[in-house]
Amino acid sequence: MSPSYQDLLAAAREAIPEVEPSDVAPRVEAGDGPLIIDVRETGEWDQGHLPGSVHIPRGFLESRIGTVAPDHDRELLISCASGQRSLLAAVTLRDMGFTNVSNLAGGFARWKQNNYPVQVPRILTPAQRSRYSRHILIPEVGEEGQLKLLDSKALLIGAGGLGSPAAYYLAAAGVGTIGLVDDDVVDESNLQRQIIHTTDRVGVNKGESAEEAIRALNPGVQVNVHPFRVNRDNVLDLLSEYDVVVDGADNFPTRYLLADAALMTNTPLVHASILRFEGHASVFQPYDGPCYRCLFPEPPPPDLAPSCGEAGVLGVLCGVMGNIQATEAIKVLLGIGDTLSGRLLIYDALGMTFTELKVRRDPDCPSCGPNADLQLRDYEAWCAGVGSHDHAGATA
Amino acid sequence: MSTVKIPPVLRQAVGGERTVEVGGSTMGEVLEALCAQYPAVGGQILTADGELHKYVNVYVNDEDARLLQWIDTPVGDADTVMILPAMAGGAR
Ligand SMILES: [Zn+2]
Repeated sequence: MSPSYQDLLAAAREAIPEVEPSDVAPRVEAGDGPLIIDVRETGEWDQGHLPGSVHIPRGFLESRIGTVAPDHDRELLISCASGQRSLLAAVTLRDMGFTNVSNLAGGFARWKQNNYPVQVPRILTPAQRSRYSRHILIPEVGEEGQLKLLDSKALLIGAGGLGSPAAYYLAAAGVGTIGLVDDDVVDESNLQRQIIHTTDRVGVNKGESAEEAIRALNPGVQVNVHPFRVNRDNVLDLLSEYDVVVDGADNFPTRYLLADAALMTNTPLVHASILRFEGHASVFQPYDGPCYRCLFPEPPPPDLAPSCGEAGVLGVLCGVMGNIQATEAIKVLLGIGDTLSGRLLIYDALGMTFTELKVRRDPDCPSCGPNADLQLRDYEAWCAGVGSHDHAGATA
Repeated sequence: MSTVKIPPVLRQAVGGERTVEVGGSTMGEVLEALCAQYPAVGGQILTADGELHKYVNVYVNDEDARLLQWIDTPVGDADTVMILPAMAGGAR
């Protein structure tokens, strides 16, 4: 006669040792417990589970256990709702060659009855799961990474040529909070490249205009409009509210101000600048990699530093460089991949070449070196070359 | 002859070229030859004493010349010298 379900459970109990919640709870709390595999369905797991446990639905147990527990002699504790599904799952694992498998007696229900700590995962809503499904499919992002992006805050300096594409894609990616600092209003001559704005919003503050576009694209993003210029008095408060700053400024005083303030607030700085057909991009990780002044200790004099308004810029170049910034910001926020920290990427659109230069931390860097006397200065005067260009207004 | 890459802000001074071929066995000699050939470049990157301005970064191949031997860094025919001033544009 074929064995019944009860027969199977009885046979399994003979073969698999059972562990009471009271036996394992102190070890779980101390962080030296067994590897706990929860074999319930996703809906059950989402309601709460043992802290530190790993979720493998019963149907995927055989196919996924190898990645979760490559060592067959590792101590495994299997759990489910009441301890029955997990008991049969434990038999399967023992049959697969795992030598140290036990079952959580009474399952998650008994664990919870005894008031042991329960971990309830933060999960995406069904609407978010659908919106971000192409991110969730990427192993390096996944649901966890998407939740991280939703919790992240990115500050964009300028909602212009670089800020337009960067803000648009960061919003689409679900970066939860986007700050836009810009005191300027949309002008008709901006629309050749500043694609987040529209013809009917000419005259509107760029931050407000961008907010409208972002709201239409992704209403789940919180937009903070900061309709002023970043300066010595507001920069530290501003940066300390954000996880990453994307520099799309159009002038040297602001760029050097940001570089120093990023060091002071320990905020990663994603840099790009553009002129005509050429773009620069890098990432400055405070005190981990080089800073902006390790690369460019001094700003060039005003006649060697024309703005795009004076020298022109190919509109589409802004899209390339702004999106490189958005890419790097996302990588910084997720902590994945190799960022441009320690490298300056130069894009020449006319030759269609990408050149990489090494950027190293300068031991004599006036901003991040060991002997640096880092304080916010009068950057306007310094960049204008008031006094000697080398040390003018060093502590103004 | 080494290849000197000219940044956008100096292109007008070299007749619009993106690269210029000049001779010289060190980075300093190469830039000297460049400035002799295009005096307008010298006016931008050299001080009155003929030194390189502090705001001018020079790369030999992909390495910062400050970390090599600065103006004494040897350069050969296959080498590229890049003049790299900071750019500010974010396209307002
Ligand atoms: Zn530095």
